Amino acid sequence: MRPTGTAEQTAAAPKPAVPPGKRRGRETALGRRTLLLFGGPFAVLFAAMYVAPLLYATVSSLFVVKRSGLGLAPPTREFEPLHNFAQAFGDHDFLAGLARVGLFAVVQVPLMLGLALGLALLLDSRSARAKGFFRLGAFLPYAIPGVSAALVWSFMYSSESSPINHLLEPLGVHIPFFANGAVLWSVANIVTWSWTGYNMIIIYSALQTIPAEVLEAAKMDGASALRTAWSVKIPAVRGSLVLTTVFSIIGSAQLFNEPAVLQPISSGAISSTFTPIMSAQAAVAAGNYPYAAAQSVVLALAVGVLSFVFFKLTSRGENA
Amino acid sequence: MSATDIPDASRPRGAKPGTTVVSRGLTLSLLLVSTVYFLFPLWWLLVSVTKPFGRQFSGNGLWFDGFDLFGNIGRLTAQNDGIFWRWMLNSVLYCGIGALVGTLLSAMAGYLLAKYRFRGRNALFGVILAAVLVPKILFTLPLYLMFSGIGLIDNPLAVLLPSIVSPFGVYLARIFAAQSVPDEVIEAGRLDGASEFRIFRTVALPMMLPALVTIFLFQFVDIWNNYLLPAMVLSDDRLQPVTVGLVGWNASHGVAVPAPLVVIGSLISVIPLIIAFVSLQRFWRAGMTAGAVK
Repeated sequence: MRPTGTAEQTAAAPKPAVPPGKRRGRETALGRRTLLLFGGPFAVLFAAMYVAPLLYATVSSLFVVKRSGLGLAPPTREFEPLHNFAQAFGDHDFLAGLARVGLFAVVQVPLMLGLALGLALLLDSRSARAKGFFRLGAFLPYAIPGVSAALVWSFMYSSESSPINHLLEPLGVHIPFFANGAVLWSVANIVTWSWTGYNMIIIYSALQTIPAEVLEAAKMDGASALRTAWSVKIPAVRGSLVLTTVFSIIGSAQLFNEPAVLQPISSGAISSTFTPIMSAQAAVAAGNYPYAAAQSVVLALAVGVLSFVFFKLTSRGENA
Repeated sequence: MSATDIPDASRPRGAKPGTTVVSRGLTLSLLLVSTVYFLFPLWWLLVSVTKPFGRQFSGNGLWFDGFDLFGNIGRLTAQNDGIFWRWMLNSVLYCGIGALVGTLLSAMAGYLLAKYRFRGRNALFGVILAAVLVPKILFTLPLYLMFSGIGLIDNPLAVLLPSIVSPFGVYLARIFAAQSVPDEVIEAGRLDGASEFRIFRTVALPMMLPALVTIFLFQFVDIWNNYLLPAMVLSDDRLQPVTVGLVGWNASHGVAVPAPLVVIGSLISVIPLIIAFVSLQRFWRAGMTAGAVK
């Protein structure tokens, strides 16, 4: 094994433009050809499939589709940068969709992550047995694609044959899964079912990295299992809780598959503008792409601001 | 919780001392209740598929009632000239090809970011991380319009091209390359006169292999999960993946396609994924641990 300090002298590639002072030793300089060979294919496709659509959406959101009175001439596009955004902020259905997804995130994300954290702590506790079985059981729903999960749950919710209501019948309970006030939580249940195990595994993995000596010390101090969980384990997995929260917020903003699959059997409780993405889809179906693009931009900005604020808030707490 | 518990300090985790019957019982029952919740819809699906055709929605749905699994599969196969299996094949092809090419691209880009120093590296990594945080569904609408502009609608490339780009894959590949490929090995390859790409192909790639399996699996499921993109860009039902096909059947309200066929198709379509999950658990956990710790 060569000492790593020699890496700079033996680097085969031409000298880079970076000043030597910036070098960090363990990494290696490289030439333009190698850079293009390794990074080129990904960079080109990334530009075409991620950057270009984002630019395209942003630019088209600044235009307005104008149709002539009789609709005989093809519609034209005119540059009116604020028109679509003004329309979005005055669109009752779109705003209701945003508020619905916001409510969804405020309720479903803490519930799901609380459940995931609780299960992870239970699995991590000394009292748990058959850990492999329980871990797999919780994780299995993640293997079911969102659309398939929604199909399966649509059978669970079906007004004619719901096995859940069938089981509850002797108790005199009947859950109206598609009632106006309930349908959002029927959707939330599908998302919770699909993602709790995934989040649980992330938190559980973080719990495994707590050094055994730390837990041993807590025990010798006479801390109970609950006390240890609260004062030692939960603070230790803070990072993974922040991560799963941000990913769950992003997931809530994308809410589409589950409500879209349930829509045809919801007898109208799920409208075509139920979530912001469905709303944008409806605008596309109506031939108004710039408006759909504007709605997407508003949604992306809302998610970006939320994630940023959340990161800031949690990292400030960490420093304090 | 007394001092007598200390002797197990050498390997305390997973050991049983210090637990009581009550705590064990409580833990077990809470875990059991949650597992019932997670498995009960899948159990219903499994039971329903074995029932004679047409009885899928009768009874309480939780226990077997006659057996005609093979007849049901036969009916599924007969519907629309066996299009279900065509959909399954499409899904496997889209996900298999997309994940394979995507994993290779992610591996190269991740290796580049982990092992070389170049101007703009941190900026590039920042852009890739930001892309992980943008809701992916937002790319679908503009992609659809771009693809209609260049005549790629009803072309498998419209599903494959976006699928092979995975910022999360690059993120994972960077972490794994930094962990599993020592700089000394690359250095030794250079001293032997091997080109950078040859070192990557013959030395780094084999070392990253377990990580690549993880990235492949994540991407495979990611592509299988993506419903909106194929639903928009593929209107020819012979090109659609199984998720889009089944949702189409379901939306017919049992008129064009009997509802039990959707149940049977749903189960069969998730079997490959369940098998992949159960048999490759180790790789899943590796990927999620990397995401959790970093």
